[in-house]
Formats: sequence, C-alpha cells, structure tokens
Amino acid sequence: MALADKDRIFTNVYGFQPWNLKAAQARGDWDNTRDLLARGQDAIIEEIKASGLRGRGGAGFPTGMKWSFMPKESKDGRPSFLVINADESEPGSCKDREIIRHDPHKLIEGALVAGYAMRARAAYIYIRGEYIREAETLFAAVREAYDAGLLGKNACGSGYDFDVFVHRGAGAYICGEETAMIESLEGKKGQPRLKPPFPAGAGLYGCPTTVNNVESIAVAPTILRRGAAWFSSFGRDNNKGTKLFQISGHVNRPCVVEEEMSIPFSELIEKHCGGIRGGKDNLLAVIPGGSSVPLVPAEQIWDAPMDFDGLRALGSGLGTAAVIVMDKSTDIVRAISRLSYFYKHESCGQCTPCREGTGWMWRVMERLRTGDADLAEIDMLQEVTKQVEGHTICALGDAAAWPIQGLIRHFRPEIERRIAVRAGDVREAAE
Amino acid sequence: MADRHPEPDSPELRARWGNFAWTAENAEKAKEIIARYPAGRQRSAVMPLLDLAQRQVGAEENTQGWLPLPVMEYVAAQLDMPIIRVLEVATFYTMYNIQPVGRFHVQVCGTTPCMLRGSDDIMAACKAKGLKKGHTTPDGLFTLTEVECMGNCASAPMVQINDDNYEDLTAERVTHILDELAAGRQPKTGTQEPGRHTVEPAGALSNLTAMVSENHDYRGEW
Repeated sequence: MALADKDRIFTNVYGFQPWNLKAAQARGDWDNTRDLLARGQDAIIEEIKASGLRGRGGAGFPTGMKWSFMPKESKDGRPSFLVINADESEPGSCKDREIIRHDPHKLIEGALVAGYAMRARAAYIYIRGEYIREAETLFAAVREAYDAGLLGKNACGSGYDFDVFVHRGAGAYICGEETAMIESLEGKKGQPRLKPPFPAGAGLYGCPTTVNNVESIAVAPTILRRGAAWFSSFGRDNNKGTKLFQISGHVNRPCVVEEEMSIPFSELIEKHCGGIRGGKDNLLAVIPGGSSVPLVPAEQIWDAPMDFDGLRALGSGLGTAAVIVMDKSTDIVRAISRLSYFYKHESCGQCTPCREGTGWMWRVMERLRTGDADLAEIDMLQEVTKQVEGHTICALGDAAAWPIQGLIRHFRPEIERRIAVRAGDVREAAE
Repeated sequence: MADRHPEPDSPELRARWGNFAWTAENAEKAKEIIARYPAGRQRSAVMPLLDLAQRQVGAEENTQGWLPLPVMEYVAAQLDMPIIRVLEVATFYTMYNIQPVGRFHVQVCGTTPCMLRGSDDIMAACKAKGLKKGHTTPDGLFTLTEVECMGNCASAPMVQINDDNYEDLTAERVTHILDELAAGRQPKTGTQEPGRHTVEPAGALSNLTAMVSENHDYRGEW
C-alpha cells in the first residue's frame, strides 16, 4: 500500500507553495510547539525512540538513542550543542536541499525540539557551501523564527533559551563526516577526528555535541504531534517510518518523493518515476543509497524492499536513499570509475591509505575502463580496496572501496571482456 | 585530494591588494558573523569571512571573486589567527578561488548521476563556446571548472554559475544560457525543463497534487 498524501511529512517538498513562516504555519508547523516542549525532555526522547526513527544521513543509527547519550546536566559548566548536518554532498543525494529551500521551518522547529530534548544551548546548521540560494532561504527563515519569538530567549514561550545559527561550508564532501564537520565549524580544515572521545562527550569546542542529519531533525515535530505509533505504522520492523527517496539516472521521470520505508524498488520506480527508461528489461544495475554503497544488479533489486535491512541483505545499503538507476546503455565501469575520481578528489589527505589509495584505485579503474590492464590486476585492485577499507580514521576510505568491490562482484565478466578485447586488438595490430 | 595552488605572492599583488579593507557594509556583516560564535571562538568565523572577502574582491573587479594572499592576511588579522591557518582553510575548501577567475564561473557537475543524464554533452557545449576546463576565456567572461556532485541529482545534468543553478540541461539549453549571460541578460534559473516546477516527477505529478493550487493543510485528514 502506498503512502497517502495526508501521511506525508514534507507536504511542500516540491515548493508549489511559499516556504515562509505564515505559509508553514498554515500547513501545521510551529503549531503550539510550546506544548510539545512541555512534555519534558525524557518524554520527547522516549517518543522518538518508540517511533523507530533511524538516522536519515546514511548510517541509520537510532535517533532517539543518539539523543539519550547527551548529558542530562552539565557538571562542569560546559554547554551542549546540536549540530545539524546539511552538508549534503553524497552523489545522488538531493533531499535536504528540498527540505531547506521549500520547508525550512520543519527543520528549524525540529532544531528547537531536538535541542531542547538533548538539553543543548544552541544548534548550528552546517549547510554545504554550494547550496547558496538554499542558505539564503534558511537564513531568512531563521530570522523569521526569531522575529516571531519562536527562537531565542524563552523560545515559543517555553521558558527555554535556544539559538539557531547557520554556518555555510565551502565545498568539501568530507565535512559531512560528523567530526570533520565539528573541525570545520571550529574554523579548521575538515579533517575527521579520532574517536573516542565521541562528540557526545567532547565535540564542538570540546563540549557535548550531537550531530544529526537534516531529515532526522525535520521529521521530529511531526512524529511528536502524530505519535510514535503513527510513524512506526510504516515500514517493516526495524525500518520504520516515511523517507525521502531521490531517484536519479535512467528513469523516465527522476524526482524526489516521500514514501513509506520498505517500499519495493519496482513500486517506487513505476509509481513515481514512470518506470525505467526503455522498460524494465533495459535495467542494468542500481546504486540504491548514494555513491558509497555497492551497486545491485537488475534482477536482485527489482522486488527488493527499499530499507536498511532489505538492501543490506543484498550486500548494499539504504544510505541516504539516493537511488541511482543505470540502464543498459551505461558504461558501468566508467560510472564506477567516475565515483572513484570523486573519492580521490574528496579525500581529505589525512590518512595515507585513503589519500594514496583513492588516487591509485581511480587510476587502475581508468585502465580497466579501457581494458588497458592485466587480468591479475582485477584481483590486485580488489585486494587494495580491502587494504583501504577499515584502515582509515573515517569511513571515506570504506566509501571509496565499496563501489569498486560491488563492481567486481557483479560485473567481473564485463571487466574481463574489455581486457580481452583490448589484448585482441593489440595482437591483431602486431600481426 | 584536489590539486590546488594559490596565486604566488608578488609586488604587483601587494600593490593591488595590500590595502584591502572591508567596505562599511561588509564591516558590519563581518561583525554580525563573528557574533554567531561563542566569545573567544572567533576563529570559527574564518569560513564565512573568506566568503565575504571573496565576494568583495569580486564586486571590485567584476568577477566571481577570489582570494589574494594579502586579503587572507587581512582576515587572519581580524580573527587573530596565524596566516598559515587561514591559508590552510582557503586551499582545503574548493569554493575559495585561490587564483583569479572570470566574470562567470561555470561549474559543470560531472559526477555519476549527472554523467548518466548527459553531462558530457554539457561539457562539450561549453567547450564549443570557447570555454576550456581550468581556464578563463580571453575576454575574462567565463571560467570553466568541472565540479563534484552539487546535490541536484533529480534534475540532472546541471551547472552552477556564480550563485545560481541551471538544471535539466541539454547542450542547446546550456548554450542559450551562456549566450544570455554574455549578452548581459539573466536567464531563468533552476530547472530548464518546460512545465517542470522543481524536482517533482515532470509532467505526471504522482503525489501531493492538492498542493499545486493551494497551500493545502492535510491535518483535517489525519
């Protein structure tokens, strides 16, 4: 059963209506937020836990549990901070942009509710630098909220003081990693920190900090209003709720759409995207969760439920639910090689396996693309991806390795074919 | 890592930018920016201040703007930071231009989602207009860069030119946009697909149809 419009949280995701406070309030945002806060911190966290909401930024960590890691009182006078990750840069991902430019008040209200629940003094929304117009909207929306007394001293008349600040990035994918984001907020290069200490213990300015994705925060007020039972009525066990899917690539109508978790891939594509370009039989492979997850071949993805566990069972992942569809016209090796170039470009340079490995893997991928390689190099590449994976401070090394591993797992014959063709050409030329 | 090198220091650079200072308006803005961060943590303001400085340089020379070394030193002095820490930030983040750029910085997204939708054609169309990757056209009008995923994947392929995105491109559409800009006119921003509003399924809206004509409140149906 497909999601009904009345159960969609982001009703203005397409921006048919204005984003401003007045219009947002008419859609139900900032509706008696004071009463939501009056439930108390622990009750809010319990409700989010009960809803089954898992982090929407890719890792899928239970959001309520994350909030509960924050200290209940400050023993040494350090304040706590909420950092909202709007550094959406994962290739394929384009959902936070729509929330920010069309429904920013859902995010800002969520910031207050979440910040209050975790006893934070302020929230910093870190928005990627390339979202220039989107950041302008967000700055203006925050201004509106202050002017209406919804933020700042005695926010919403709750007696709680809470500030929201917007911080623009400047073009670095790595700042989407939570500790790199904190470094960047402190005015440094965005190079991830070693954990522990975890941000909940020592994060921004050495203070307890929680970093949450935009979507995780923006859905919180609606969950509180409609109840955990409503939210958890969607999706399979352990994969609850609604989710913004972003479908790009070779479908007839690429789009962003909020759907029920666990919706089968085929239904998502047929219902909202007008099907695969050239029909179902023309589907080659899908990257179901943004560039960092391994691709899934057509025959495995078609009936798969689009959720954390369903895609993990296929050796891939839901990630940010950025679904990149590739039909049979795709040069699959080039498509993955281009991702390898992306990771080479975005490696922060801190850990040697990633700094050197991403460049190395990309160069080999480029040779595999043209077939200018030796058969043994496929295994060598596979082995190198294993040497990079798990040997770096953050997950960028893993993210660079996985797409290549997925390609080798599912399309090895294609790589071998290219090598054979090229070798054959050479021999013919020599004769 | 991205391969980036700042414009070398030179007497000419010093002569041109050594006296850089905020305009009255930007001095106010800088003050407001620094106040967003806790006292003693003014260093956090380095990124927004570098952006502000780049924009001021751009306004002065009618380009997208860039960061000459003396300008970085000015920001470092204001935030009480060693210049090397500012230079680190400026070289690390790719949106800071550390070499001069043209009036319009044409940034073609070439990452896989755009590639699948035809970013090769977009790049070729730019080249056909005389733009060259990593270079500024002789008339100083266009600088061409291939950039990594810009987060417009559901309306790919796209380019970002200075502060605006142009989405759902074809070779003809991007050529038209470049022509308009060169002629001093502002083309329509956002999606270039006729009839498409933003990122909805184009031509066959599959959900939220009530929102098209009115600011529908769904709470009555809960």
